[in-house]
Amino acid sequence: MKGRFGAGALTVATWVIAILFVFPLLWMILTAFKQEADAYTDPPRLFFTPTLDQFAGVLERGFLPYLSNSAFVTVVSTIFVLLLGIPAAYALSLAPVKGTSNALGFFLSTKMLPIVAAIIPLYVISQNTQLLDNVWALIILYTSMNLPLAIWMMRSFFLEVPHEMIEAGRIDGATLPVLLRKIIMPVVAPGVAATALICVIFSWTEFFYSVNLTAARAGTVPVFLVGFITSEGLYWAQLSAAALLASLPVMIVGWIAQNHLVRGLSMGAVK
Amino acid sequence: MSTISAPARTEPAHAKKAPPKRGTDTPFKRRLPLLPALLFVVAVTQLPFVLTVFYSFQSWNLVRPGSRHFVGLQNYIDVFADSTFLGALLNTVVLTVVCVFFSLLLGLGLAILLDRKFLGRGVVRTLLITPFLILPAAGALLWKTTMFDPTYGLLHFVFGTDVDWLSEFPLAAVIAQVVWQWTPFMMLLILAGLQSQPKDVLEAASVDGAGRWRTFTAITLPHLSRFLQLATLLGAIYIVNSFDAIFLMTQGGPGTASTNLPFYIYQRAFQGFDIGQSSAMGVIVVILTMIVATFALRLMFRTFSVQGGAK
Repeated sequence: MKGRFGAGALTVATWVIAILFVFPLLWMILTAFKQEADAYTDPPRLFFTPTLDQFAGVLERGFLPYLSNSAFVTVVSTIFVLLLGIPAAYALSLAPVKGTSNALGFFLSTKMLPIVAAIIPLYVISQNTQLLDNVWALIILYTSMNLPLAIWMMRSFFLEVPHEMIEAGRIDGATLPVLLRKIIMPVVAPGVAATALICVIFSWTEFFYSVNLTAARAGTVPVFLVGFITSEGLYWAQLSAAALLASLPVMIVGWIAQNHLVRGLSMGAVK
Repeated sequence: MSTISAPARTEPAHAKKAPPKRGTDTPFKRRLPLLPALLFVVAVTQLPFVLTVFYSFQSWNLVRPGSRHFVGLQNYIDVFADSTFLGALLNTVVLTVVCVFFSLLLGLGLAILLDRKFLGRGVVRTLLITPFLILPAAGALLWKTTMFDPTYGLLHFVFGTDVDWLSEFPLAAVIAQVVWQWTPFMMLLILAGLQSQPKDVLEAASVDGAGRWRTFTAITLPHLSRFLQLATLLGAIYIVNSFDAIFLMTQGGPGTASTNLPFYIYQRAFQGFDIGQSSAMGVIVVILTMIVATFALRLMFRTFSVQGGAK
């Protein structure tokens, strides 16, 4: 009952808190358009002549191969997750098999195994199979990394398909492929899209496997960024430009698909 | 689509809760759609771990060719006598618990602020989720340079002190960055929970004269609990494995002040080339995680009341 003034004050407060919270990010974007000399000054410089030099510098440093590796690994591993995950989610929801909860428990438990515990054998295996510094090693690992979560998410979306609709379709003599296409897919499509989006984000941002199993040939964008720590803060503006370019694809996808993101993250717990 | 129809041909769908009339189906055919995913995950996640166990019983250092031989439990004995390992274990627990707690708390606060109609709400939400969308590696480097730098960092500018955050408070600095990175994730989940509250119940509460705080504690919090549990579980899974922030911001230092288990195992394996020891550490971490995860999984199953499984 504080009325309009209270509501207005709360809105202003929300805006201030939000801007403070994302300030490091806003500062990074600003720094990306600075010359190096403007990037580290005391006090920090808010007004300067913007330049695209840093973005050009990032490209000169050989950013594009890393970007294309990231794109390839992300897209292919997400496709694999869907190819393997959709039938599994179907089997665990609409046509539940024996031991469904055991299977679900197993999938989730693999997410809880610390990945460091597997990195040494993975390194040795990749070395012996010529997969070291090869994008396919990352594709296989990212698929296994995202598949368990994807199955959980997609299962919860499959469970939302109204049972009566499937029954009605079946009584009308629809075969399963028809049921899938006409009844199931339209209901689960947004959920599948949300799942794919989460897989894209986690694959694009993955660091540990990528840093340890790839180098110059198969490195993804996080590996490119590691190249900046050797120079210990000497190239802040260029680092900011690189960080921005590396994050931009996922940022844009995430902004556009915010609502899907929420549903995916909550594993369909939100109706 | 082919993957969907492929299993379909072999298997007429069964009604969700229909009595199991298997007809011509064999149990094998019913399981067919599940098998590829199951086999793939077993092969890629479980087999390497079996090898880790195998390596953990060996003395094997890559820089000493021919050093590889069976040593039984010696690696495990060494690991438990290693004070760095115990420190890293403690750091991992602190990092995970503190980060999950604060990002959950901040996420809850931000979600409550966003859970009402106001000017520019969409923009504010977009702003707030962005730290989750940038590369954690980029976030870590960004904080290391523009925030924590003792001379040119924003913290120096705001507080006017020459504190070198990364060497004086390394763990706290890493925690700040990780909390910043994960708060949006928590916020999104909690916001989803807030917005799925049944409106009629809230109205009934206000008709009954319940104040805001009372409504929040009596209705909203219980409703949120499964969202909070899910956020805690997923956040903990990822934060326990934190590596980017430590690798890029502090390199575990100064000394081992901010070394967590993933980073320490990485160091022993890729800088010390001590395969046996780091494998033993990996096995210990897995056993500890399994103990915690058993409780977490039980919680998860209660939360989502997994149904539909033919027992």
